[in-house]
Amino acid sequence: MKNKSWKPWILLSPSLAAVFFLLVVPVCFVIVYSFWLRAPSGADIPAFQFGNYAKFFEDFFYPSILLTTLRVALETVFLCLIMGYIPAYFFYKTESKLKPFLMIIVMLPFWISFIIRTLSWINILGDSGLINHVLMRIGVIQEPIAMLYNEGAVIMGLLQYLLPFMILNIYVSLDGIDKSLAEAAKSLGCTEWQAFKEVTMPLSLPGVSAGCLLVFVLTCGTYLPPMILGGPGNEMIANLIFKRVIGTLDWPFGSAISAILLILLATIVYTYNRYMGISQIFKTLSNE
Amino acid sequence: MVLKQEKDPAFVKFKGIEKRYGKVVAVKKMDLEIPEGSLVTLLGPSGCGKTTLLRMLAGLEEPTHGDIFIKGKRINDTPIHKRNLGIIFQNYALFPHKTIFDNVAFGLKYRSASKAIMKEKVEKALETVRLPGVGDRMPSQLSGGQQQRIALARAIVIEPDVLLMDEPLSALDENLREDMRREIDNLQQALGVTTIFVTHDQREALSMSDKVVVMKDGFIQQEGDPEEVYNNSINHFVADFLGHSNFLNAIVKEKQGDYLSVTLEDNTICLAVPAGTFNKGDKVEMVIRAQKFNLGYRADHVPEQGENVFFGKIKDRSYMGGEVSYFVELENKLVLHAINFVKRSPYRRGDEVFMKVMHEHCRLLKA
Repeated sequence: MKNKSWKPWILLSPSLAAVFFLLVVPVCFVIVYSFWLRAPSGADIPAFQFGNYAKFFEDFFYPSILLTTLRVALETVFLCLIMGYIPAYFFYKTESKLKPFLMIIVMLPFWISFIIRTLSWINILGDSGLINHVLMRIGVIQEPIAMLYNEGAVIMGLLQYLLPFMILNIYVSLDGIDKSLAEAAKSLGCTEWQAFKEVTMPLSLPGVSAGCLLVFVLTCGTYLPPMILGGPGNEMIANLIFKRVIGTLDWPFGSAISAILLILLATIVYTYNRYMGISQIFKTLSNE
Repeated sequence: MVLKQEKDPAFVKFKGIEKRYGKVVAVKKMDLEIPEGSLVTLLGPSGCGKTTLLRMLAGLEEPTHGDIFIKGKRINDTPIHKRNLGIIFQNYALFPHKTIFDNVAFGLKYRSASKAIMKEKVEKALETVRLPGVGDRMPSQLSGGQQQRIALARAIVIEPDVLLMDEPLSALDENLREDMRREIDNLQQALGVTTIFVTHDQREALSMSDKVVVMKDGFIQQEGDPEEVYNNSINHFVADFLGHSNFLNAIVKEKQGDYLSVTLEDNTICLAVPAGTFNKGDKVEMVIRAQKFNLGYRADHVPEQGENVFFGKIKDRSYMGGEVSYFVELENKLVLHAINFVKRSPYRRGDEVFMKVMHEHCRLLKA
């Protein structure tokens, strides 16, 4: 009998090829570039040296941007978690006929360009934007409040981008929890809240965990919200890469920053996976 | 043993209970009393309201109208966690992230039992369900039958006033179901806990209940002990739902002692027991259980005065191990279902047979 175990791979091969040529190969190029030298004339000279990496850690300027990025990412994860769990839990609990409609509303932002969505916040938060306009009109304030071009605005822009990811991740996890578990807990003496704490919440952790990781990684790599909604001090690491590569055409240094970000995120994902034990939680939950 | 006080015949009481979902009425103005210490089955097809009734007692659904009493106390407004009920769910509903010990101890934790008492009670409960020593395992490490026993242990360890079981055996396979059914039955008798058992499986209902409540479309069709409900089904639905019944249209002819003689569609005359009062000329339905027929080769038939007998040809048969199920086509094309124990050589398709049935096994219902 012929071994046909290779057959399923045919189905996978187009995506594997795409991932390889469009992702793995370019990333390799970036890593190779990160060792090159940049001549004062602006030309890139093939080399193998760690000067670009050393430059990054030369003073506190670049690492501080990296730290800002990590801080903003953690803040975004935290806010997304709180603002995402509540609607996800609502979707899990509700028996309303509106549920499919509301689910579509959650995904609606995906249908609108990210740039447009981000730019539209200027019309809401700007000095002559909606909020300031209304507040001045009804006389609550005399001068417009500066709501744009700060970290708050950046996080706002990140939230509207990332909330759907968080909501859907948590919802999928919640949806897999048998509702009779909470009923059993209540019949054994739990109040609604205690049943949530004892049963529903712990069992939804795989989704929470996956959602947090996704939001964290996506935040670390994003540059549009800080570019459009942030001020000079709100630059994140992706903005730095963007500026080096597109702005000053300094490919070697831009590549080195990219590589540093890549290594950092890979380490974080690996550690997270290991200690938060995503796979471990799934193992416990599956019955077979 | 402590002598029990006289048992409350209405330990659990539903009074005029009704449940509507929008326009759909799941349970209609129902009155039901459940005696203390008994095992009562709510039996019916899906959508008959049996689970809704159970969930209202559990506090998982709110009745639209009517009152529910436990031990004479109205519990409509008592939240579920204060009702002190043990619920067994169809899919066991064990907490997958907690050990067996923590699962069983769960209810005790919320009754603020001390560590020592908790440990003692959990161990005792695990012994009761014959699974000692599994405390530190996870639910996923146990088989379906074992998980259901843990669910049972978790429910009884809190010493509930009433044990509610919602189709607890339906997720198990056939052989295991039989064992589990006996086990629940024994356990219930040993503990003497009032138990309400919801099922759509008539065999479960008949074999373990003190009282069977047959439901359909949100109404109680009949309630009584298993023999009563099986042998004296009061209407077509109950007779049809429990066991295998044959229904024959007939017209009442005259009274003959304790029996009524009726004319069937093919003009045969039968004597039957009336379930109710009928007058001459009334249209009725004659019910005969498939097991009550006695079959023989037509050639061997010796006619007797006043016997109930049918003649026909074996149309189909299915061998079921201990018994054979025959479908016999009468001369007027009517097909009767008979189940007989296997004799030396079962009848074959096409055999001409007679089917005799005793008068008391023919019951007349309103058509």
